[in-house]
Amino acid sequence: MKNAVQTFPIFDVLTLRRDFPILHQQVHGNLLAFLDTAASSQRPMQVIECLRDYYSRCHANVHRGVYKLSEEATLAYERSRGKVAHLIGAASPREVIFTRNATEAINLVAYAWGSANVREGDRILLTMMEHHSNIVPWQMLAQRVGAHLDYVRFDGEGRLVLEDLDHLLTERTKMVAVVHQSNALGTVNPVPEIARRAHEVGALMLVDGAQSVPHMPVNVQELGCDFLAASGHKMCGPTGIGFLWGQRHILDAMPPFLGGGSMIKVVETDTSTYADVPVRFEAGTPAIAEAIALGTAIDYLNGVGLEKIHHYEHELTAYALDRLGQVGGVTIHGPHTVEARGGTLIFTMEGIHPHDIASILDGEGIAVRAGHHCTQLLHRVLGVPATTRASFYLYNIPEEVDRLVAGLEKVKKLLE
Amino acid sequence: MDDFYREYILEHYKYPRNRGTLEHPTISHEETNFLCGDTVRLDILVENEVIQDIRFSGQGCAISMASASMLTEEIKGRSVEEAKAFSKEELLDLIGIPLDKNPMRLKCALLSLKTLKAGLYGVGAMQDEEL
Repeated sequence: MKNAVQTFPIFDVLTLRRDFPILHQQVHGNLLAFLDTAASSQRPMQVIECLRDYYSRCHANVHRGVYKLSEEATLAYERSRGKVAHLIGAASPREVIFTRNATEAINLVAYAWGSANVREGDRILLTMMEHHSNIVPWQMLAQRVGAHLDYVRFDGEGRLVLEDLDHLLTERTKMVAVVHQSNALGTVNPVPEIARRAHEVGALMLVDGAQSVPHMPVNVQELGCDFLAASGHKMCGPTGIGFLWGQRHILDAMPPFLGGGSMIKVVETDTSTYADVPVRFEAGTPAIAEAIALGTAIDYLNGVGLEKIHHYEHELTAYALDRLGQVGGVTIHGPHTVEARGGTLIFTMEGIHPHDIASILDGEGIAVRAGHHCTQLLHRVLGVPATTRASFYLYNIPEEVDRLVAGLEKVKKLLE
Repeated sequence: MDDFYREYILEHYKYPRNRGTLEHPTISHEETNFLCGDTVRLDILVENEVIQDIRFSGQGCAISMASASMLTEEIKGRSVEEAKAFSKEELLDLIGIPLDKNPMRLKCALLSLKTLKAGLYGVGAMQDEEL
């Protein structure tokens, strides 16, 4: 399908796409149109090569051997920590803890910080648009210590109702945990303002950056938060690696999360003393190759420029909102303008189940997600059991939006 | 895949058999596929160990709704023992689309059978493997 909009002159997307081998395959006889980056992104050759190179040339355990291989692996692993720190504007690489993913990062805070700081009757403030990963760990903490959860609502445009903060933030609120960019609605929340309000009552602020860090410049100093969690596999990196950033003095005061090798200084029969941050929170052999390849992914994103990526996705999302808005029977849930919004959009089609939409689109080679996207509370507010989600990244092109629209017309023809 | 949306599937989806509820069912059971939120409820009227009437309600995708329509059509008039023995393979034969390589959609197709068996056996829930 030819359209006036071919691409946007922000970077050369067609050349960039060559870096992603997975995109150049046929699915059910059509070129793959991968529109499910919000679940997991694809990765460029540079990252795949990095993993291969690491295992072929320089694998050894980190922080242990004094031989060359181990030293090289340790250096590369720590260099990667530095890249993460630089990416998010951390004061020091020591504030960055490698985890499996954002989920584990949030669990780490909920368990280690939560157990030491949250008491019976205290309150934790979340929002109704949180991913399950930023709800369930807090529920588990609340149940353990007898704390309570409060939720900020969102309005019909998918924006947080900030007035809720007026009565929900109290001196009993110990933690405010908010998603930066919703993995469903696409909303980008006003984190600096919420962080300021949280600090006014003495609460800490955790930001779930799983959907923002990959797509825009994110600076923890500008956000004014205390913790930031993100996943590598959503930002062109490998699976099994993510990170937690925390303010140094807060991390220093936190007890460990998992116990084991690396995270100790001295082990006695009954007790042990624990290593300094960040190693205190990295028990056992970490995902070394994945951490190093995450560094390569960050190099790749920086090479294109996160500001440019953000700008590009902005244009693509505006185009998608416009085109999808013209398909009869389609309801887009979430902001209808691109202001403070990312390239993730969920929609429903009147009388048609999202699974059928996703299945028929799959037949056209278009990969979208159908379901509740790990946001059951959000879907309960919307009043629908499930939605279909299309999400974009730096490798998506307007033509894929056109194919999505054509696919939806086919869905209607088949099922209406 | 288009393969799923064959004419007879769409026909059952658009014009379902036995859709609705029974006023005085002997057994009423509901199951949800938590992966996608699909729900199927079966109302079953049993007399003399025979399924005299059966109705389904709920919401879901074309596959799960067509499957419920076909299953109720097939099972109505059979004995409870026969219905209990009705296998996953028999249902998939009825539906007649290749679901073996698509575990997600297989769950959609099996939801109605899961509901039927859990209802007839009077258990809370059943796993796909037990069908």
